[in-house]
Amino acid sequence: MSKFLPKLIASTALIASLATPSFAEKLGLGRVALPDEIAAWNHDIGPQGQGLPMGSGSVEDGEMIFSENCASCHGEFAEGVDNWPKLAGGDGTLADKDPLKTVGSYWPYLSTVYDYVRRSMPFGAAQTMSDDDVYAITAYILYSNYLVDDDFVLTNENFMDVEMPNADGFIIDDRPETELTIFTEANACYENCKETVEVTKRAAVLDVTPQEEGAEAEPEAAPVEQAAADAPVEAAPVEEAVAAPVMAAFDADLAAQGETVFKKCKACHQVGEGAKNKVGPILNGVVGAPVAHIEDFKYSKDLTTAHDEGVVWDEAHLAEFLAKPKGVYKKTKMSFAGLKKDDDINAVIEYLKSVSQ
Amino acid sequence: TPDPLITEMQDWASSTGEGVDASPYGMPIQFEGDVVRRNVPWLTADVISSINFTPIHALDGTITPQGCAFERHHSGAIELKKEDYRLMINGLVDRPLVFSYADLERFPRENRTYFLECAANTGMEWAGAQLNGSQFTHGMIHNMEYSGISLRTLLEEAGLDAAGDLADKWVYVEGADASSNGRSIPMEKALDDVLVAFKANGEALRMEHGYPVRLVVPGWEGNMWVKWLRRIEVTDHPIESREETSKYTDTLADGTSRKWTWIMDAKSVVTSPSPQMPITHGKGPLVITGLAWSGRGAISGVDVSIDGGKTWQKARLAKEGEKMALTRFYLDINWDGSEMFLQSRAHDDTGYVQPTKAQLREVRGENSVYHNNCIQTWWVKENGESENVEVSS
Repeated sequence: MSKFLPKLIASTALIASLATPSFAEKLGLGRVALPDEIAAWNHDIGPQGQGLPMGSGSVEDGEMIFSENCASCHGEFAEGVDNWPKLAGGDGTLADKDPLKTVGSYWPYLSTVYDYVRRSMPFGAAQTMSDDDVYAITAYILYSNYLVDDDFVLTNENFMDVEMPNADGFIIDDRPETELTIFTEANACYENCKETVEVTKRAAVLDVTPQEEGAEAEPEAAPVEQAAADAPVEAAPVEEAVAAPVMAAFDADLAAQGETVFKKCKACHQVGEGAKNKVGPILNGVVGAPVAHIEDFKYSKDLTTAHDEGVVWDEAHLAEFLAKPKGVYKKTKMSFAGLKKDDDINAVIEYLKSVSQ
Repeated sequence: TPDPLITEMQDWASSTGEGVDASPYGMPIQFEGDVVRRNVPWLTADVISSINFTPIHALDGTITPQGCAFERHHSGAIELKKEDYRLMINGLVDRPLVFSYADLERFPRENRTYFLECAANTGMEWAGAQLNGSQFTHGMIHNMEYSGISLRTLLEEAGLDAAGDLADKWVYVEGADASSNGRSIPMEKALDDVLVAFKANGEALRMEHGYPVRLVVPGWEGNMWVKWLRRIEVTDHPIESREETSKYTDTLADGTSRKWTWIMDAKSVVTSPSPQMPITHGKGPLVITGLAWSGRGAISGVDVSIDGGKTWQKARLAKEGEKMALTRFYLDINWDGSEMFLQSRAHDDTGYVQPTKAQLREVRGENSVYHNNCIQTWWVKENGESENVEVSS
């Protein structure tokens, strides 16, 4: 806080006046927050372990929980999948070109891991983990960074004993000394600032700007609106009539339960209108479809082989796969460990039927 | 030859147009359909946790319409009704409080205009010129007029006597969405100019900007402007959350990293001509325009160079710079049709002058991600098309 303190001293008059009761008339708005309400929301963990709940979790448990809840994006060994964050590795790379910043190589406080996992993860089902599970996941992330052994158990008692490799790697904003003194009017040049100007880098060479191809560059809505405006009003009921029979028969209540379970899948799979392939393929119409039926998705060899053999995702086969994906297709890229409860499996399948457009 | 658009009867001059209720909440006319936010798909793993870019190349003035103001979500934009909205103030306060949206509407209100810039704006340009278009290089910014309550008023309502000496206290702010984005703000800033806002540009915040209530932290990096604000906690320590340690920190050449680099330094960019805005009229009168801003104060001037930084001339500010808000600049020239290396350079009222990328690299190295406020160069060719380039210093 070295930068901040001198400024504060300069403005103590302001702060002092704030602390006096005269500065503001209370309006008496709002109501007192109840202890249970504060407990429900006040979950932040401070860098010295302030706010850590009682509890513990082992690397061993963490490995299983991580595999089920985290690995589909972060990899089985926290090495990261696609553009999702890598949580392990990168030791000693911070001064290299393109440093790899992970929990092990970069994060200065372990409290941040616990705080973030508990409040914000897993993606699509945040704030559903027990405190012990969060300890276990935190322990596993430490293990995957070689910071603890495989028999380690993390608890609120030993939490602050864990040493983070980059704990001393941060300085407080020093721009006032290192930059504000240089980037000034006194140093600004107006005439004859350089002799020649040569192009040293060109964006066109890299060619990574998103391109909008031909017609797509035009507003898509415009022609559609035009068509709709021109079409007779009777057009609408026709569309509804066409849409109705396509809806597969399904149990709406069960499908609604399945939608909740599907949150576990959402980080990788999209469904519904406008769905796109992500880490995993679109799942629209998957129930009853041939295995690996999305043409522009790159499936693992196991799945394409099944496709070639004419295997179909009927409900029984889907149920078997969802219970233990790697038990059915050993090399599947889907790193999800599987749904433990049959009820969840049935519900998810019902939900997938409900979105089968 | 006579222009048929003038000499021939046009349909719109004869038949009638749309009635008043055709669009109860209007959209831009179809011909402006390309003035939209755009995403760079390779930047992030999924659109749910991603960012898109304001079409600054196609806008003028300084106010960003909400509908095309860039979005950044960490767990997607949520739908949170005013009726379901609760704001809690807890921690080192005299009385922890809960406010409903209706409660917030009863506090004295303020209207202030500020820019919001993501700390990662221009971040893809550190290693070299990458993206062709001011929308992509500088579009993680918007500028709106906010209506809301000063955070100081709310903190005073809860009472700060319990916090004791305020000089070393912090305010932790947190969102209601699944990302639970949380940031620590020093008390000095919290009591200075931070707003709890519920309207932008006169109307309710858009869902993607945190409806019904967001935080406004003037001049400071956008990540701190917590959306769907649900909790304000007075603490005696910063939380050191993920977004203030593993992200939004700036790694220097030697591997050490700066933290708490909250303030967005003075910066500017020529929005037109630019790669998405070619000159189509040939030589002659040309309007060069762009935007300038500073998180440390008001823009006091903008220089423009058409020769890649050999010489600089003063641009005309559309109006006097306002603190921590966008300023529009113009340079009206008679273009001779030869190639230009267009640059702009912002000055703010603290005496700061926007640096070149070389100057920044000299201090920070090339591993920085955030806070790239370097001078941008557009290579305008003789045919009027432009390319994003870097030039020798």
